[in-house]
Amino acid sequence: MKSNGKPKPRFTFEDPERVEQIFSQYPDKKSATLPLLHLAQSQEGYISNSVIDSIAELVDCHPAVVMDCVSFYTMFYTKPHGRNIIQICQTLSCSLNGADELVDHVTDKYKIKPGETTADDQFTLMKVECLGSCGTAPVVQMNKEYHESLTKQKFDELLAEFE
Amino acid sequence: MNTFKPVLTEHIDQKDCHTLSFYKSIGGYTALEKVLTMNPDHVTQEVKDSNLRGRGGAGFSTGMKWGFIPKDSNKPKYLINNADESEPGTFKDRLLMNKAPHQMLEGMIIAAYAIGCHTSFIYIRGEFYQEYKLLEQTIAEAYDNNILGQNILGSNYSLDVVIHRGAGAYICGEETGLLESLEGKRGWPRIKPPFPAIEGYLQSPTIVNNVETLSCLPHIINRGASWFKSIGPEKGPGPRLFCISGSVNNPGVFEEPMGVSLKDLIFDRAGGIPDDKQLKAVFPGGSSSAILTANEAMDVMMDFEELVEKGSMLGSAGIIVMDETVNMVQACLNIARFYAHESCGQCTPCREGTSWLVMMLTRLINGGGKPGDIDMLFEIADNIGGLIDFSKGSFGKTICPFGEAVAWPVRSFVEKFKGEFMEYLPQEKVVA
Ligand SMILES: Cc1cc2nc3c(=O)[nH]c(=O)nc-3n(C[C@H](O)[C@H](O)[C@H](O)COP(=O)(O)O)c2cc1C
Ligand code: SF4
Ligand code: FES
Repeated sequence: MKSNGKPKPRFTFEDPERVEQIFSQYPDKKSATLPLLHLAQSQEGYISNSVIDSIAELVDCHPAVVMDCVSFYTMFYTKPHGRNIIQICQTLSCSLNGADELVDHVTDKYKIKPGETTADDQFTLMKVECLGSCGTAPVVQMNKEYHESLTKQKFDELLAEFE
Repeated sequence: MNTFKPVLTEHIDQKDCHTLSFYKSIGGYTALEKVLTMNPDHVTQEVKDSNLRGRGGAGFSTGMKWGFIPKDSNKPKYLINNADESEPGTFKDRLLMNKAPHQMLEGMIIAAYAIGCHTSFIYIRGEFYQEYKLLEQTIAEAYDNNILGQNILGSNYSLDVVIHRGAGAYICGEETGLLESLEGKRGWPRIKPPFPAIEGYLQSPTIVNNVETLSCLPHIINRGASWFKSIGPEKGPGPRLFCISGSVNNPGVFEEPMGVSLKDLIFDRAGGIPDDKQLKAVFPGGSSSAILTANEAMDVMMDFEELVEKGSMLGSAGIIVMDETVNMVQACLNIARFYAHESCGQCTPCREGTSWLVMMLTRLINGGGKPGDIDMLFEIADNIGGLIDFSKGSFGKTICPFGEAVAWPVRSFVEKFKGEFMEYLPQEKVVA
């Protein structure tokens, strides 16, 4: 341990039983990496270096391997975001049904562009690719939930719930 | 006239159709009871005889694929249910999971029994959180009722099913990308061979099947292979979930026999195009298929062979409809951007080529078109996906078929709507 820096805060899972349960489902340790990352992110909001170190230790591999995995998947965040994440699908069927206007609407309303967070940390805006719900385009995923066949008005009502 | 009665979606409008008690009330898990008394090889044979072909995209014979599992291997066997559903235009597996999760689970147990698997995974895309929660309940119900776990329904057969969430990567729908992801790595597709049936998850024999494919199995067992084969074209028969989205009045999932006409799907089931606009182009099988012009689309049956003959493919049966107001260059850019974002980055032609396409198309749209751009677009597409003959199954220049999945649609946009692309080239005259 370096003498000049503060010791890093160590990440620990709040629910060790859930961790055990995850491991018991797989024939090898490394397969538990994704579920552990999901669990850690639901606890911390994002994947910090300390999360990576802990998971690497648990699944028995070098932290660089876990880091490599994290960097590949769009659903794992390596930095904190706003309290609510607005994900607007921009792929063809949604785009043909008004998704682009929904993006502009958020940008006008909260002065944030895709990838940005409001000053009060309430919202982060993201454009995402096909959410697998093209029949009810345009689709917005608000945190974990899908909101389908959105109009500007319905979208405003939804946003109001989170303001 | 439409005399076909839905098979997979027959009960989806009924209350509590997702519950075990409902599923049992309509004869659920009787196919499993029957299967558990059968020799596993006979189960595989019945599925082979039904001519069921995969609903995930490639359309490979399900029974034949199971047959590749080595008989002499003492390694564990794995069955993976591909619930990644991320092909643009496709949203049928989500419906099946929400409305008929036990039908899918029964199909999984049948497939697992046939290949001798005792641990099976559902790889579900990470965004489907609600479906993940629902499937947790489905699985818990099954364990509580001796449909999963030790000695299923009093037999000698035992099976565990585990749900594994993806984390936002289209390429993890490709079966070997999926396997890498399940093993806790980035979803980089593997070089084949070896095929997963020989060396899949943790180097063990593995079968990957799509949600809809698996959902067909209880019906094949209950009603027999010849019943299944009698629905639609014999070489690729059965009920099929067609997803229709884009510029239509009534988008949604429609179950029809294989071989139904695309015209009927668009203008009858999906209610035609809003405001009586004209049809312009259609993706018949997800965004990885070559687009059809309105004329081509009006005269095609949704059948594996016929779409290959028309230079496209049935793929995931995700139909995306574009009306006369859609700008083809913009639409092409939208699709190219999707692939550039989703390329796993492993192969140079795919990683670099997809970004090039996006840069070029963006430049065109912003008024910076240059002479020779059309040829350049073809060249880039061909460098990624080559000119391949899909019917011969030849794949070109990249590790996985994602390369073709980009090249095909892009090439078809430029080829079939060249005039529109040329309007962005001030120096060149539009040739008719
Ligand atoms: C780029 C790419 C993406 C794919 N995405 C999916 C998918 O989301 N869901 C799926 O079931 N199959 C997908 N596939 C097909 C799978 O690789 C595999 O063929 C299929 O899951 C096998 O199941 P089946 O035989 O039941 O169709 C994809 C293939 C490629 C090349
Ligand atoms: S073709 Fe593209 S997606 Fe497939 S392995 Fe190569 S780089 Fe990855
Ligand atoms: S295009 Fe938006 S959900 Fe598929």
